[in-house]
This record gives sequence, structure tokens and C-alpha cells, in this order.
Amino acid sequence: MLLENLRIALGAIWTNAMRSVLTTLGIVIGVAAVIAVVSIVQGFQAMVSDQLDDLGTTYIQVFPRQSFSIPGLATRPVRLTWEDGQEIQRLVRGVERISPLIFANEEVKFRDRQHRTMVLGVDAEWPAVNNSGVERGRFFTHIDLDRRSKVVVVGQDILEELRMPQPIGQEIYVGKTAMTVIGVMESKGESLGRDFDDAVLIPYASALTIFGREVGDRVQLQLLAKSQDMVVPVRDGIERVLRQRHHIGKDDQDDFRVVVQDEMRKVYSRVLGGITAMVGSIVGIALLVGGIGIMNIMLVSVTERTREIGLRKAVGARRQDILIQFLIEAVALSSLGGLVGIALGYGAGLLVSNLLPGDFPTAHVPLWAVGIAFGFCALVGVVFGIYPAGKAASLDPIEALRYE
Amino acid sequence: MSEPRAVLGADAISANGVYHSLRSPRRPLIELRGFAKSYQMGTETIRALAGVDLDIDKGEYLAIMGASGSGKSTLMNLIGCLDTPSAGTYRLNEQPIEHASQDELARIRNREIGFVFQTFHLLPRTTALQNVELPMIYARVPRAECRRRAAEALERVGLKERMGHHPNELSGGQRQRVAIARALVNRPSILLADEPTGNLDSTTSEEIMRLFDEISRAGDTVIMVTHEADIAAHARRRVVMRDGKVLSDERQASPDRSTES
Repeated sequence: MLLENLRIALGAIWTNAMRSVLTTLGIVIGVAAVIAVVSIVQGFQAMVSDQLDDLGTTYIQVFPRQSFSIPGLATRPVRLTWEDGQEIQRLVRGVERISPLIFANEEVKFRDRQHRTMVLGVDAEWPAVNNSGVERGRFFTHIDLDRRSKVVVVGQDILEELRMPQPIGQEIYVGKTAMTVIGVMESKGESLGRDFDDAVLIPYASALTIFGREVGDRVQLQLLAKSQDMVVPVRDGIERVLRQRHHIGKDDQDDFRVVVQDEMRKVYSRVLGGITAMVGSIVGIALLVGGIGIMNIMLVSVTERTREIGLRKAVGARRQDILIQFLIEAVALSSLGGLVGIALGYGAGLLVSNLLPGDFPTAHVPLWAVGIAFGFCALVGVVFGIYPAGKAASLDPIEALRYE
Repeated sequence: MSEPRAVLGADAISANGVYHSLRSPRRPLIELRGFAKSYQMGTETIRALAGVDLDIDKGEYLAIMGASGSGKSTLMNLIGCLDTPSAGTYRLNEQPIEHASQDELARIRNREIGFVFQTFHLLPRTTALQNVELPMIYARVPRAECRRRAAEALERVGLKERMGHHPNELSGGQRQRVAIARALVNRPSILLADEPTGNLDSTTSEEIMRLFDEISRAGDTVIMVTHEADIAAHARRRVVMRDGKVLSDERQASPDRSTES
């Protein structure tokens, strides 16, 4: 019986192929949109997740708090210094490594080539903290830092920008300061919104000289805990040390922010979740419109087939037989729309991720998204098919047979 | 207004004077008593059937005649369980069905009644075979048996070679044969034909009527509604309706086949 109904439904859809296509267009577009966005967002999420994993689960960052809306903060300057960092290293148990980070946009020059790039002032521990390393040459050491050596480690992109095939030992200008290239970082691509390939790294102390002393009042601290279990104790230790050093009263807000990996993961998934939810609501509207289209065409179909309904009733179809027949037709219509939408959406996702510049992640459609999209389409068919189907089922057989 | 007559136990004398005794081994296939139907048209009440008593036995070949508005179509719809009476009783195969639910009526239509319509009512874009299968689908007959019985029914009406054709590839007479095959396929108690030749030319009409004659000879109960005397002449009993009542009810020993229009 069910198969019979499905056969009737597909037959009816096929007979009015053009009409069916136009009717389901709303559903097709809605589903295609959601699948395309989900595939892109999921790809993005997978990338972010990879990058976070690359940094390791023991990665911790400390930022000076930027907001001036917090009472009590605006009145005194917010400071977070490398001295704070060194105190953390000295006092907090479980800190494996720590590095300060200050950065600024500067012009770098080599012979007649110049290029504006990100200049990072960091400690010798920075590569280890950021799970990064040099490809050629060496990174600067504590000795370089102590001596305030004018040395620089450059990212991969800089080599091209400055046309420097043999960089080691060359002298380049960072701002107005001449510095010697001692190493080239390995390529990591863009990671978490930062592109360390298009950047140069200089010793923290040298950076202070170039950027100006006051930059040292607002540094970022990047550190690694000794183990994953130590992340929370280390975070608590950092908060204790900084609150004490910054003389923050018991009831006052912190003037810094400690971000652990888990939180970054949460922040990213909140952002991506927000995008998904927003697209979801747009798709909800598209499905609503699509559903109304289906209801409309089903009402037309019921009217057109009034005589058929009358005949079916005359030969013994019960109310529910007719109801189910038209309900199946509506669901078949919306589900077919859903299938086409899933295919189109996947194609669009692939296309977009391939067209976007940079190493944007490839589209990835999880099975749950396909399942939900398909399920919603079927649901739309049921919800918007029930009224036309009910109308068909309640037709009076005599009048239906007489209908012209 | 004739009140629905109280059922006099099991013994009752029907309008045509046939006496049915409790000791009679068989009660009529169809037993109508005080059968009435009225419609509300605005403020006016239309009495389409004003109290009909009628017994029809198994195997009868009966024509219901009358001018339009005489109530013959209403009677036909009620006998066919497409509608329920406003008053009176209806026993089909000894089962009272005047208060049956919509679903029960659907079941009775499916099992007990085979309809043949003036306008054939075949499903378009569906083969003759599939059209004939339709009543069996609602009877939940297994697929293979559906196929077999539909093919048999089409063979019986002489359309063995046309099973895979769609209605628009068939002539009017052939379409009506498909409809007759469909009406017979669930082996109903009654074959109910509403102006079965109304859309056919006289030659084809005669062919279709010969088919009805055959079906009747095979023992099936055939009831047809017609306003054409030569069609009614095929039947062995003629009930004439006027103003919602039975005007006359005649039988003839052998059907008169010589009538020509």
C-alpha cells in the first residue's frame, strides 16, 4: 500500500514535472543554502580545530584587558609587562615556557625592496611556546636577548617580498634599524587569524628600542603549562600573581585576561555556532516559503484530481487512504527538493571554498547536516501537506465524482 | 411524510408484495424500508427520496428508470453506499448499514459493490490493468494476486490484448469494458451501473449491454440506472421512479431484446 502510494505520488510529480520543479524551488534553495554554509563553516571549524591542536592543549595566553567600560579600570593605566611574565615564571608552579609578544606594523627593507609587514618582538622561547621552528639558520637565543643583538628571523613570505634567496647573514632594515638575518621560520600558513609567514621576529629588547619603551607596558604573554592537568592551576596562579602585582582589590575586576585553549575553542565555536544559527533561521524562512508553495500546489493538485479522489472513494478508499496518498505526495515533493538542495549545496560549498583565495579549508558536509536537512524537508512536507490532504480525504464521493 | 415503518419482526411484506418469511432460507440481498433522503437547499428542504420500500434478490437484473429529478440517482447513490439515508433502513446481505460509519461504508463499497459510471472514471496515465487493480489495492490483496485477477477480469470483458494501454488509447466502449472489469474484480454482491451507455453510440451501447446480459447470466446481481427504455429492456425487472417514490415495479419472464431505438 505504501509502495503503491509512493508510486502514485512519484507518477503525479513526474506528470507535472515543470510545476513540481518550480514548486520545490524554495525548498531546493533553502536546503542548498544551509548545506553550502554548513559545509564551509564545518570546514572552517575543522581548520581552527587543527590549528588549536597544533598549538597544543597546554597553550595559555594572557592579554591586557582592553575594555574601558569596566568601573575602576579607566582611572588607572592598564599594564601588563614582561616583568609580570618573568614573575609568573618564577612564582607559578607548572609553567613550562613563557614568552612575551609585542607587535607593530613596520617597513622592512632589503636593498631597493621594501615591504610593510608585522614585526613581532618575542623571547627566545617563542618558537617552543608556539610549536614552531626555524627552517634555515637559527632562532635567537637568550644571549642575543641579553646583548640586545640586532638580529632578525624572517617568515617565508618575506624572502619573496624582499627578493632574498640567500637570506642568512644579509642585513635588512626593520624600520630605521639595520639588523642581520640569522634564520628563516618554517611555513605555517595563516593560523587563527595570524599569518606568521608574512612577519619578522626580533628579540623582545630590540623591539622595545624600535617601537618605543611604552609598548612594553602592554605586552601579551604566551606560555605553556607543563601538562594538561596543570593548565587550570597555572591559570589560577597567573591570576593570583597578576592581581597582587597590579594591586587589584578583592572586589575589583582583573585588568588582564587569561585565555586557555579550551576557551579559545569555545570562542570559535560560539562564533561559528552563531553563523550557523543565523543561516539556520534564514533557511527556516526559506523552508516556510517553500512549504507554503507546496501547500499551494497540493491544493491545486487536489482540486484537479477531485474526480480521481471520488473514484478512489467509490471503489473503497477510506479517508485515511486518501489522506496518506496526498501526504506522501507532499512529502515526496519536499524530500525530492531536499535531495536536490543537498546536492546543489554541496556543490556550491565546494565551489566557494575553491574560489576563495588563501588556503581556505575544503568544504566538508557532515552526515548529520544532511540528515537534519532531509528530515526538515520531510517535516515541511507533512506540515504543509496535511491541510490539502485532509481536504482531499474529506471530499464527498458523490460530489467529487460529479465534479467537472 | 411516511414514517419509517416499524420492522415487523423478521416477517415483512415489501412494497412489491413479495412475502418474506422468517422460515424463508434467504432474505433479499437488498432490503430497503421507508428509505428517504432529503437535502437542505438554502431554507428549502428537497425531498429527493420520499420513502422507498424495495427488495432486490441475489442474481436479479434490474433497471431503475425515471426522469431526471425522479430520485433514481439518489437511490442509486444510497444503494451504492456513497451516501447515507435521512430515514429508513437498509439491509445489505442481512446487515443493517443505514448507520454505518464512513470507513465501514468504504469497506462495503470496496467488497460488495462494483460501480460502472456514465463517464467511465478511469484514472488517466494509468494502464487498463492498473485501473482494474485499484479496488484490490484498497482491499489489501497481495500484489501478485492483484495482477492475476485484474488480468482475468480484463480477459472476461474481452480486453486481453489491451491491458497495457492507457485510457486515452482506448475507445469509449473499451474504456467502459475496463470500468466493468474494475467493477467485477473484487467479486462484489452488486454491479451498480449509472447510465452505463450514456456516453456511447448505439452500436457500442448494444455491445456493452450484451456484456451486462452475460454478467447477469453468470449469476451476478446487476442494477442499472437509465432513462433509456431500450437499455432498460435488457433487464428482467424495471422499477420506475417519480417524485422520490416508486411508481411501478414490473418483472418480465424473459428480457425483451428486440427493442430498437
